[in-house]
Amino acid sequence: MAKTQSNQRAAYGEELVALGRENPNVVVLEADLGKSTMSCLFQEAFPDRYFEMGIAEQNMMSTAAGLAAGGKIAFAGTFAVFAFGRAYDQIRQTISIGELNVKICGSSAGLSDFGDGATHQAIEDVAVMSAIPNMTVFTPCDATEARQAVRAAAALQGPAYIRVCRNPVTDCVGADSPFEPGKCRALRKGGDVALFAHGAMVGAAMDAADALEGAGVSARVIGMPTMKPFDYAGVARLCEGMKAVVTAEEHTFIGGLASAVALALRGSGVPMDYAAIGDQFGQSAGGAAELMAFYGLTAGDIKAKVLALLR
Amino acid sequence: MADGWKWANGPFGSLESLQMLAARIRRDVVEMIGGDGATGHLGGSCSCADILAALYGAKMRHRPSEPDYPGRDKFICSKGHAAIALYAALAETGYFPREELRSVKQLGSMLQGHPDRLKTPGVEAGTGSLGQGLSIANGLALAMRLDGSDRKVYCLMGDGEIAEGQIWEAAMASSNFRLDSLTAILDQNGLQATGPCAERFRTDPLPEKWRSFGWHVIRADGHDIRAVLEALDEADATKGAPSIVIAATVKGKGISFAENVAAFHNGSLTKEQYGAALGELDGRLGELMAAGARGR
Repeated sequence: MAKTQSNQRAAYGEELVALGRENPNVVVLEADLGKSTMSCLFQEAFPDRYFEMGIAEQNMMSTAAGLAAGGKIAFAGTFAVFAFGRAYDQIRQTISIGELNVKICGSSAGLSDFGDGATHQAIEDVAVMSAIPNMTVFTPCDATEARQAVRAAAALQGPAYIRVCRNPVTDCVGADSPFEPGKCRALRKGGDVALFAHGAMVGAAMDAADALEGAGVSARVIGMPTMKPFDYAGVARLCEGMKAVVTAEEHTFIGGLASAVALALRGSGVPMDYAAIGDQFGQSAGGAAELMAFYGLTAGDIKAKVLALLR
Repeated sequence: MADGWKWANGPFGSLESLQMLAARIRRDVVEMIGGDGATGHLGGSCSCADILAALYGAKMRHRPSEPDYPGRDKFICSKGHAAIALYAALAETGYFPREELRSVKQLGSMLQGHPDRLKTPGVEAGTGSLGQGLSIANGLALAMRLDGSDRKVYCLMGDGEIAEGQIWEAAMASSNFRLDSLTAILDQNGLQATGPCAERFRTDPLPEKWRSFGWHVIRADGHDIRAVLEALDEADATKGAPSIVIAATVKGKGISFAENVAAFHNGSLTKEQYGAALGELDGRLGELMAAGARGR
């Protein structure tokens, strides 16, 4: 059966509107990228609760902090690079130390803004946001999980970061399957090896598992929609008895999924490898697939890592 | 009040009572720094003591026994290094016992080196990284507007602090959103950590700058509590635009050897200086008490 795809950005905007209908305290801030993050849908539905802050991300983030201190649930969205990077100090100092209800949408994350190059490609956002105490980091794999992450972010007390991909991603999660913040999400059963992934790489891991099956290897696939707090115990449990473990992330290997799974596995003796971006910036390319292939982030790369560990 | 003091608020029913509050804030600041070599932000805490007395003793609607009182006005100390002055104002108006002030900056204390909303009753938002308070104040004002509330938001900034670019992003936003419930107060003491602001990084002409950013500008002597209150009333009466009170102040005000000395931005006091500072402030309190008695 052909795999369907959906867009996380549309899901983000639509879920904001749904939340806005349910809760008059939900407000949205944007820095001139509402048509990209798709928060423009909220603007149409609730113009009074939508604040266009101009191209001034730092001010946007601190204003969101003030709105949260005034009792609102403030969603502040922009490209991921500008959210975690340009406004890092604001996120750390006021929002996170103060545990304020600011929900940050890092849109067009990873390499997904393929044409705009290194300045627009957030390859270290998960590491940086995860390192901040009090921060929750969601890394949804598809549109359904993005909706669930938006809802989970709104429900929790304190700051959250939601990583969203620019391009259509493979549907991996059933709409009616429950989302447990802070927990592993088993997506495919398998008895030989375990594949862990988040974001767009979950779809690639599912494809890799299909390909491995053809090679006689039974792979389980586990999505990690919450990178912080990280489910170390759940990961360790799902790795028990595995002949190999491979992680896959559209992110630097430093401080992301590879690092966290390696910590979870310490002392277990289970062989592990990762598919991730090396210690380098992204660059422009004519398409997302071309870029992912260049950085070793395809189903084929994951499969090759698994087979190398089994050899 | 019989003398027609129009800003009477709770226990502070006269100008003298507010001047005494300001002197007690300065005295608490000196005690928190102490005379044993520890450093503290003396200069910028003393320069804003009269402003804090005007706000916490008279202008703001708040209930110290109920820090989360929903109808309260909000104060953001954007110059977070004046935390000890803020703590003194909170303690002197009854948010927590004055004895707590002794624990300032000690391990486990509710009184951190910079304001922390989760640890200290009465602190609305954390500050410490300069230049962010005005944006936070904007957010609070927007939240109150959505709630249909007439509550006010006050934001105290330092004159060195406004070199931060985010202040000007926020200044544009305040006027874009026509936040007339917001009043910024600039504690213009003329000195920053390493010397005169004007020699470090020019930010003048300030009234023109703020006006061109869409603000109503009011100038006042930041140590004349009546003038500060009149300026804040003028801000209340200004509709459709945010107001800023540019308050001329003296860094280290009230402690003669520390006045206009940049080294006391975050300095320590010798035992002798500590005693002299307390003596001077006790003298001031004695004068005010005598004046108050004569007034009665």
